[in-house]
Amino acid sequence: MERYYQPEIETAFREEMLSLQSERLASTVKRVYENVPFYRSKMDELGVNPEDIQTVADLKKLPFSYKQDLRDTYPYGLFAVPLKDVVRLHASSGTTGKQIVVGYTQKDLDIWADCCARALTAAGCTEEDIVHVSYGYGLFTGGLGADGGAMRLGATAVPVSSGNTQRQVTILKDFGSTILCCTPSYALHIAETLYASGYTKDDISLKAGVFGAEPWTNEMRHQIEELLGIKAFDIYGLTEIIGPGVGFECVEQSGMHINEDHFIVEVIDPDTGEVLPEDTQGELVFTCISKEAFPILRYRTRDIGVITRKKCSCGRTLVKMTKPRGRTDDMLIIRGVNVFPSQIETVLLDKGYTANYQIVVDRSHNFDSIEVRVEISNEVFSDTVKGLSQRAKELSEALKSLLGISAKVTLLEPNTIPRSEGKAVRVVDKRKLLD
Amino acid sequence: MVPQLSVFLQNKSGKIAAITRALSDNQIDIRALSIADTTDFGILRMLVSDIRKAKEVLTGQNCILSVNEVVVVAVPDRTGGLAEILSIIAEANVDIEYMYSLIGREDNMADMVFRVSNEEAFRSVLQQHGLQTISAAQLGLN
Repeated sequence: MERYYQPEIETAFREEMLSLQSERLASTVKRVYENVPFYRSKMDELGVNPEDIQTVADLKKLPFSYKQDLRDTYPYGLFAVPLKDVVRLHASSGTTGKQIVVGYTQKDLDIWADCCARALTAAGCTEEDIVHVSYGYGLFTGGLGADGGAMRLGATAVPVSSGNTQRQVTILKDFGSTILCCTPSYALHIAETLYASGYTKDDISLKAGVFGAEPWTNEMRHQIEELLGIKAFDIYGLTEIIGPGVGFECVEQSGMHINEDHFIVEVIDPDTGEVLPEDTQGELVFTCISKEAFPILRYRTRDIGVITRKKCSCGRTLVKMTKPRGRTDDMLIIRGVNVFPSQIETVLLDKGYTANYQIVVDRSHNFDSIEVRVEISNEVFSDTVKGLSQRAKELSEALKSLLGISAKVTLLEPNTIPRSEGKAVRVVDKRKLLD
Repeated sequence: MVPQLSVFLQNKSGKIAAITRALSDNQIDIRALSIADTTDFGILRMLVSDIRKAKEVLTGQNCILSVNEVVVVAVPDRTGGLAEILSIIAEANVDIEYMYSLIGREDNMADMVFRVSNEEAFRSVLQQHGLQTISAAQLGLN
């Protein structure tokens, strides 16, 4: 029989959920209007008063929020409580120049732990289980998010964090871990290392995995399930909303149930901002209705997806979203790190290179690689191999310090990057991330 | 002082053919040539009869270029001739970035092109040992 962590919420009748959402939305909007000048001035501009927002149907009256708003108000401008009430900060992955910061009160951490506990429960996790967390621990929300969920359930959390794959394999084997949490590409990398070390799935005790923080296909799911002998579940989340646990897959493995008692989802037309009906593809927009420190309103995720309320065989009544089917912007997710081509361009120009570049992302042996191909100028060129290699190395190091991941640098002659209608083709993504 | 023209080579077939063809079409003579290659890129270095014109022609071919000074030294064309000179350079603690040979002007001498870390020290050591450097004019370069 299907198990739930909070059955009263996860299987609630639609009317009950709507009334809970409406009540929480109204109170959040009122609080945000009073405490955050940013939201107050945006609502004033639109002529919307907190009293105008009484039910979920009123949500569309509210202004959208964008990632840029977080940057403009960096670091604490969107916090809705005094810093003394904030017990934890997290920041978006990877990017130094354009990072964003979010805060949590103790109640927010409790909500987050509940959300992740629901996800783990849906993957079959109980207090008997040993949860091996290979998401990075730190400012990135992955590690501590999954960790909080495991502890909330009373399971045994193993905070391995990412890296040192050989050691990951040893710990999986020796500790008898039963649930694995990490990015799907890292799960495959662990599986390969397991087999390369002369072991098979029979040498480990894993039964399920909860994988997220990057796009992955059903083909990858089958590979992971086959190699590790587990059921692989998707989990969705964004730092701006809470981190992992905004949505999670159930036994049906056909989309993610959204924890809509905490986050209201809308699907909109990215061009007009118009709210689209369910079962229509558009941009996913989330509103936090229970968080205290960072309750973002109508956040434009740039993720393209579909939501549906078709009855799910798992018994949950929570709305379901498909895996994101792409982005409305040019953001790339590489090994869980968000990368914008514009950031790379800034580094290139800063180092004296041209703006004629191409970013090639590929996946081999289940490991994402990024190559920056750039046309050089006479200024960058040197007649010695040492000099030119040094330039390439400097660029590679600057990119690494910006992105947090290594990028291969390839220097090219002018006019070698293919142009499309005069513009260089900026990004070539050779990973097949969408089914 | 001898000016040398260096050209960036992305590892791509036909590039050197295109460069030499363009120089030939413009009556530019290549007097010496060397190629440095790595797994990622190459550098073509040349002494040409008319460097200003060569630069113009190759810029028109979308080439990435640099011009630098190299030192051309006359080396006795006999067994051990080069070894003696290189020992002298090593003793003076001058690092050779790269070197290559040039078609000889005289029967008993071979010319070597040097790019070194410290040109001043290099020149003074050559002078001390009475080694002859060759000028661009002597090589018939413009």
